[in-house]
Amino acid sequence: MYVAVKGGEQAIATAHRLLAEDRRGDLAVPELTLAQIAGQLTLAVDRVMAEGSCYDPGLAALAIKQARGDLLEAIFLVRAYRTTLPRFGASLPIDTGAMTVRRRVSATFKDVPGGQILGPTFDYTHRLLDFSLAEPGGRAVADPVAPSAESVEPGPMPRVIELLDREGLIESEKPDIETRPVADVTREALTFPAGRDARLQNLARGDEGFLLALGYSTQRGYGRNHPFAGEIRQGEVAVELVPEELGFALTIAEITVTECQMVNQFAGSTSAPPQFTRGYGLAFGHTERKAMAMALVDRALRCRELDETAAAPAQDEEFVLSHSDNVEASGFVQHLKLPHHVDFQSELVLLRTLRAGTGSAS
Amino acid sequence: MSDYNFAFLDEQTKRMIRRAILKAVAIPGYQVPFGSREMPLSYGWGTGGVQVTASVIGPDDVLKVIDQGADDTTNAVSIRQFFVRTTGVRTTTATDEASLIQTRHRIPETPLAPGQIVVFQVPIPEPLRWLEPRETETRTMHALAEYGLMWVRLYEDITRHGHVETAYDYPVVVNGRYLMRPSPIPKFDNPKLDRCPALLLFGAGREKRIYAVPPHTPVRSLDFDDYPFTIESWDRPCALCGARGIFLDEIIVDDKGGRLFVCSDTDHCARRRPARGVSSA
Repeated sequence: MYVAVKGGEQAIATAHRLLAEDRRGDLAVPELTLAQIAGQLTLAVDRVMAEGSCYDPGLAALAIKQARGDLLEAIFLVRAYRTTLPRFGASLPIDTGAMTVRRRVSATFKDVPGGQILGPTFDYTHRLLDFSLAEPGGRAVADPVAPSAESVEPGPMPRVIELLDREGLIESEKPDIETRPVADVTREALTFPAGRDARLQNLARGDEGFLLALGYSTQRGYGRNHPFAGEIRQGEVAVELVPEELGFALTIAEITVTECQMVNQFAGSTSAPPQFTRGYGLAFGHTERKAMAMALVDRALRCRELDETAAAPAQDEEFVLSHSDNVEASGFVQHLKLPHHVDFQSELVLLRTLRAGTGSAS
Repeated sequence: MSDYNFAFLDEQTKRMIRRAILKAVAIPGYQVPFGSREMPLSYGWGTGGVQVTASVIGPDDVLKVIDQGADDTTNAVSIRQFFVRTTGVRTTTATDEASLIQTRHRIPETPLAPGQIVVFQVPIPEPLRWLEPRETETRTMHALAEYGLMWVRLYEDITRHGHVETAYDYPVVVNGRYLMRPSPIPKFDNPKLDRCPALLLFGAGREKRIYAVPPHTPVRSLDFDDYPFTIESWDRPCALCGARGIFLDEIIVDDKGGRLFVCSDTDHCARRRPARGVSSA
């Protein structure tokens, strides 16, 4: 009987074997390749890269395969790998204004310079199961989108928000001092109040579901901030690094990002006139839901800076930033399944003492 | 494991953690924030303890890992395997042979000795957390040694129930200054903290805090003159080795209320049994 709590070593080895078996599934079905995951489950890969804070579709695909499709587990795998990587420098800020745009929409203007570009979006699909996808090759990909006669190389696409900025209707973005060191939430413990750099980093790797619920709560009156989607853009941007020995910028990578700039009503305060304010969201890959939710939460968390009363959960910086990380959350929630019998025994002893003291039956 | 550094962490990270440990030793009981890393095991499984152990372990160390007092519980096995794999150090189950002991929820029954280091895995480092959820507030309370809230809580427990209703993670004051959580050890183990000859290090990975009790530091469990601190006791000895005055696990052996009380510290129990002529289970 005492054996029940022994034999941990054997049990772990067997658990790992069973896990590997379950991951592989039916041997009659061909094994998934990383190319299939990276090429056909791209939005899963994007989420793993965004919340894993590591831009590498190959690694993300491997993590998804190893995690049997559990994206939180895959994010954890990527994070644990990422933390071992050396740092050799900080890139220049990416310029999303110079993005090679694949999708770009603004909800605040009917048309904008550079045009609205729908791109590959689920937005106007009818959510009807497409049974022709059930069999491979059942449906040839509809003719690849060929550039039509009237489609022209898109012209420059200034950020929509900058158009408002010119009129002074929106708070202007104060450029940061170039030499100020940027916070790094992966290397230092978060302190409160957190700077906006630390907050945006925290949100960018934060759990999409958590941010979605918080963003949603602001729309339902818990910290309402009257948002408009000023602009959402998706596409490729260059990552540039200035190696110290060269002194000029080199493009070291091209990454896909989704950026969302929310425009929010603001009635003004003692120190600022009525104007529009901003909320900002940015994440790796095609992660539009995440970027929009992030922008709503970013704006909600700016309440103190804007002299608004912080009353709702989404406006509570400690609450939001301390609970946004799904690797931390998933670990701590699930650690409850580890043995706690010593603490439980202490509670049993205490409870029996208490009940004996009050004369209730034991 | 040539792909990874000795003890997994890179040397820069180890230095950062060692600096935090030195600060923690210099200010006993004070929670030092540190740049906790993602580890290859899950948060809640002992990532803080693992990082502390990885930063102080050397090739000559002899490591013991326990969970719930036992060397062979799954998580203890897993963490021991992790260090064997990443460091190749010698491991032991004998408390007095170990130079470094990582533990979750217990302090061994065998008295600790000078030169030993015990690393505790900490889920929630802040002793005031259930009374005040905000870190900004609790840090100020520590700075001012403003612990009235905790005293009131203990007082209210006694007036309502006649006892303090905390059985584990029972709050202590370290060196007469900082209120500290001893990690979820049963209060039975609290007296072992007081003037302990070993160095006690506490690592909270998810919460990114390290704290310490240096050797021979006074550690007092909070109590009142007329309601002194007490520890758990059992009215029977260990069913396997016959030891008394140690912490017992209660094992349910059938569905008719049958129970067996045995040592929680498996090393302590196993080493007593041959002496009694009882074969090991």
